[in-house]
Amino acid sequence: MGAYILRRLLLGIITLIGLSIVVFVLTRASGDPVALLLGPQATAEQIEAERARLGLDESMPVQYWSFIKEAATGDFGESLFYHEPASEIVMDKFPATLKLIVVSLAFGIPLGILIGVLCAIKRNKAFDILGRTLALVGQALPVFWVGILLVLIFSVKWEIFPAGGMSGPQSYVLPAATLGSFVVAAFTRLTRSAMLDVLGNDFISFARARGISEKSVILKHALKNAFLPILTFVGLIFVRLLAGTIAVEAIFVWPGIGLLSYQSVLAGDYPVVQTIVLLFGVVTIGVNLMIDLLYGQLDPRIRYT
Amino acid sequence: MVTALLSVEELKTYFFTRRGVAKAVDGVSFALRRGETLGLVGESGCGKSVTCLSILRLVPQPAGRIVGGKILLEGENLLEKSETEMRRIRGGKVAMIPQSPMTALDPVFSIWSQLSETIKRHQKMPGKGVWETAVTSLREVKIPSPEVRLRSYPHQLSGGMRQRVIGAMALACQASLIIADEPTTALDVTIQAQYLSLLRRMRDHLHAGMIFVTHDLGIVKRMCDRVAVMYAGKIVEEAPVKAIFQSPQHPYTMALIKSVPRLDTKVGRLASIEGHPPPLFDLPAGCAFRPRCSEATEACDVIPLRQEIEQGHWVSCHLVRGTGDKRRYANIA
Repeated sequence: MGAYILRRLLLGIITLIGLSIVVFVLTRASGDPVALLLGPQATAEQIEAERARLGLDESMPVQYWSFIKEAATGDFGESLFYHEPASEIVMDKFPATLKLIVVSLAFGIPLGILIGVLCAIKRNKAFDILGRTLALVGQALPVFWVGILLVLIFSVKWEIFPAGGMSGPQSYVLPAATLGSFVVAAFTRLTRSAMLDVLGNDFISFARARGISEKSVILKHALKNAFLPILTFVGLIFVRLLAGTIAVEAIFVWPGIGLLSYQSVLAGDYPVVQTIVLLFGVVTIGVNLMIDLLYGQLDPRIRYT
Repeated sequence: MVTALLSVEELKTYFFTRRGVAKAVDGVSFALRRGETLGLVGESGCGKSVTCLSILRLVPQPAGRIVGGKILLEGENLLEKSETEMRRIRGGKVAMIPQSPMTALDPVFSIWSQLSETIKRHQKMPGKGVWETAVTSLREVKIPSPEVRLRSYPHQLSGGMRQRVIGAMALACQASLIIADEPTTALDVTIQAQYLSLLRRMRDHLHAGMIFVTHDLGIVKRMCDRVAVMYAGKIVEEAPVKAIFQSPQHPYTMALIKSVPRLDTKVGRLASIEGHPPPLFDLPAGCAFRPRCSEATEACDVIPLRQEIEQGHWVSCHLVRGTGDKRRYANIA
């Protein structure tokens, strides 16, 4: 177990190095931030001097090496616009995003699982058909469209919830509902098919034949088995939501990392963009490792070697 | 007269589907005493399994429904029981030995968890008693170091051990009726023999009645006291094992016996029964075996009645008439 975690962590570091190369090259290939920074009035000398100050006149490998060296000490460079350490800016915004994602998952996953289980029990009945249709629609609708629609209805027309910003609990409702609708839809579909899969098994019919109540058959035996694919999906959806927050935070002016990355990409603030991408990478790797470890708790057949 | 443990009377279980009504079990009657084993034989889809599921009232919903008859277990009609009462009977008085013992245990719960779950449902006893009952029953089915095995998960046990765990459940819950639905079909021959002797021991230990579903006549000979031959939802012949093999009366029974390969005689091609069982949606009028029967006559347009030709030997065939009037080609097998 210990050796397994260690190996996974080493693999994670290798993945992060790969990710850093990709993002490093891509941010520099996407345009020269200095021209944006100094504005159209800047002279060629001024631009040259600024590039030298930022180290942009060096070759790409040299730049990357100095970036990695500093990153290893926790220094991810300075934001070109805020003139503050990029890591501080990113970590400052990260909690808001994390809260939004956790709230969305906290209601989205249980609700999705509940509807999915009910759909599976009521297979091909009215409830199932309605649930399936809604889930399909919920998954197909783009997040930004749902967000804008919710703002139009609940903020502009009825004025129940704030249209943007992060203030009290009420400000969470619309952005979390936007992200959450996607989560509910995805988990409904997944849980339904996972449950139907499990319910066809011999051990389910045998559980009934040994007199186990239908409630136990569904909620204990079937659901625990169905949890394996569900758990896998929790990891996937977490990462999807990290990316999904960019649109949602832009719509709801949520002071999180999604909004920050959107602004930083537009402004060419590459130290911040790099830091965000690497943070996403760390979170993704961490969540996946955690889920792989949880598997073992759920399924005794899984061994870590 | 010894009262029957189980008595099934005119049981009818139909499946209502878009293609029509499939009469999977259509007027089946038989009785079973304690300590006795009744073999239920026939081709796939003749209604053997549905008969078993009907006794447990676990016919696949919503298509399947028991539309008529009585199932008397120790004199009480199971068809009048509530779902809660049935749950107490399933796994309690009536133990099911599933078709695939390898996959019948839930892979994500330990043996203890599943065994104790079953015991607690059917026996009122304190926690310590449950543990002791579990250990004792595992010991009775000859599982070595039961205390250790209880903590294992199904995948950590061999196939043979998993079967014995299922047997232990029936023992722990003091089943009086064991329904074994093709319990050996999925097993290879060496394990088969072991499993059969385990089932026999269980039956004797509990002094239970056993319904043994199979299409292997060789197993019937070794396991059963009496045999009921099913065809297209009906029992066409029922007799003590000896009588079935020595003087089968129904043409279908004879054909079944002829199609068993034998070691002691030289045969060329193995005999097979021409044609297929009729679709249950669309049974021929009269005797259902008529289209495949080489001796059918016009009389077969009418469904033959059940008649007792000898004590305990029942046949439904027009070619057999009256008590003692055995057919000319008796002793064919």
